Amino acid sequence: MRSDFPLLQKQPELVYLDSAATSLKPQPVLDAMNEYYTGFSANIHRGLYDLSERATVAYEGARETVREFINAKQAHEIIFTRGTTEAINGLAQSWGRQFVREGDEILTTVLEHHSNLVPWQMLAREKKCALKHIDVNDDGTLREEQFLKLLSRQTRLLTITHVSNALGTIVPLRKIIQQAHAAGIKVLVDAAQSAPHMPLDVQYLDADFVVFSGHKMCGPTGIGVLYMKERVQEKLELPWHFGGGMIKEVHLKKSTFQKAPNKFEAGTPPIAEAIGLAAAMRYLQSIGMNKIRDHEKQLLHYALKTLGAIDGVQLYGPNNPAMQSGVLSFGIEGIHPHDIAEILNEDNIAVRAGHHCCMPLMERLNLPATVRASFYLYNTEQDIDRLAAGLRNVKKIFKS
Amino acid sequence: MNLYRELIIDLYKNPVNKRSMPDAHITNSGANVTCGDRVRIYIKKDSEKITDLSFEGEGCAISIAAASLLTEEAKGVLLNDISDWGPHNIFEWLGTELGPARIKCGLLALETLQEAVKKIKQ
Repeated sequence: MRSDFPLLQKQPELVYLDSAATSLKPQPVLDAMNEYYTGFSANIHRGLYDLSERATVAYEGARETVREFINAKQAHEIIFTRGTTEAINGLAQSWGRQFVREGDEILTTVLEHHSNLVPWQMLAREKKCALKHIDVNDDGTLREEQFLKLLSRQTRLLTITHVSNALGTIVPLRKIIQQAHAAGIKVLVDAAQSAPHMPLDVQYLDADFVVFSGHKMCGPTGIGVLYMKERVQEKLELPWHFGGGMIKEVHLKKSTFQKAPNKFEAGTPPIAEAIGLAAAMRYLQSIGMNKIRDHEKQLLHYALKTLGAIDGVQLYGPNNPAMQSGVLSFGIEGIHPHDIAEILNEDNIAVRAGHHCCMPLMERLNLPATVRASFYLYNTEQDIDRLAAGLRNVKKIFKS
Repeated sequence: MNLYRELIIDLYKNPVNKRSMPDAHITNSGANVTCGDRVRIYIKKDSEKITDLSFEGEGCAISIAAASLLTEEAKGVLLNDISDWGPHNIFEWLGTELGPARIKCGLLALETLQEAVKKIKQ
């Protein structure tokens, strides 16, 4: 399977442990995009010629592939965006503007990536509404009991991550979502770190919005998905972008808009990227999402054991493969994470060091930064052995 | 690449001039938020020269080593000359150039010192 990834073929010595930032791309994804660019790279929806029709069929076919991948009821509940960030910003600017009023409250958690925090801060400032945060325990698991305490009659939205990008914590969402719905609150799930790594069933989760990015799941950059329940779509009057492709009628002073999904996809969409994302999903499905999750569970188990045995290494997060994705944050006592990452890089090991776009979480856990190794289907136990050897080398250089 | 030379590791583990200075004439703080590097510079001066300086802070080996070297080099230097210093001075003291990913670590202490000198002049 590693042979499916051209970058690993070109650089057999590379130990790539930064898939939580972006994943490597398998050949079938590149082939699908190349086929579009070389075979039928026309614009969609408007042309009356064969090439355009072929492009439209491929683009709408990609939507159907996404629907199936996340088990949505209807294809039009799938909206293509540029990525998770655009989807959340778009919802804050459209749904937020329409439904959130002064004095209302938006509920979120301290686990969130900045992209699921800052857009809501901006909305809160504009609307004079409050933002409340569910805290975590010291091991990075959510203090679920706080949810009901923070819930109030003013709460309009719960926006919550499925998996923490910094610690790998898997948040048990189903019960919280049921409780939120019982209180009449809409729920947005940031699935950027779950959709690539475990089975995701939006009907089972029952969230109103589910967002994720293509490039973290073997797909291209520049494409993401916003799943929006049909019932919610119908009540959302305005999208966040306006332009071609989404209008019904335009007059000089007013316009009317198409129905979803077109209404939410103004301008020429990322056609090649949608086709690439569909190829990525088919690729992942050919392996099996359960199998990918099991593989990462095993790798995490091995990594916890191997890294945990190195003197001075501190592991952050749940340290429990049952409730943690293939993300492991750690540090070495007395050595700054940036120095660790830089020395690992000399051994051809790619990890991330820093706050992982989660400054409030780092502050809460009293960590200036961590080193993060994140795994995917192409990683092996040998990669983790190389990481462990790299960390021993770091300690040697620092004489610690 | 030879970034983690003996000198840098030694200065990280045993930094020089790393202490607070309660009777400093001026102090200034700087941070690289993305890295979690923080530094606070303490300066004693007469009318034209830096007479003594020290720093406190936390950060990576590069930023701590650079702060150590800077606080050594800047003692006795004319206030007016500090603003002329730049990356090449830091590279020379560290004995290595820094790439785009680490240059901000190396420059944090210098930039914090230069800001302090600007404050003095105002």
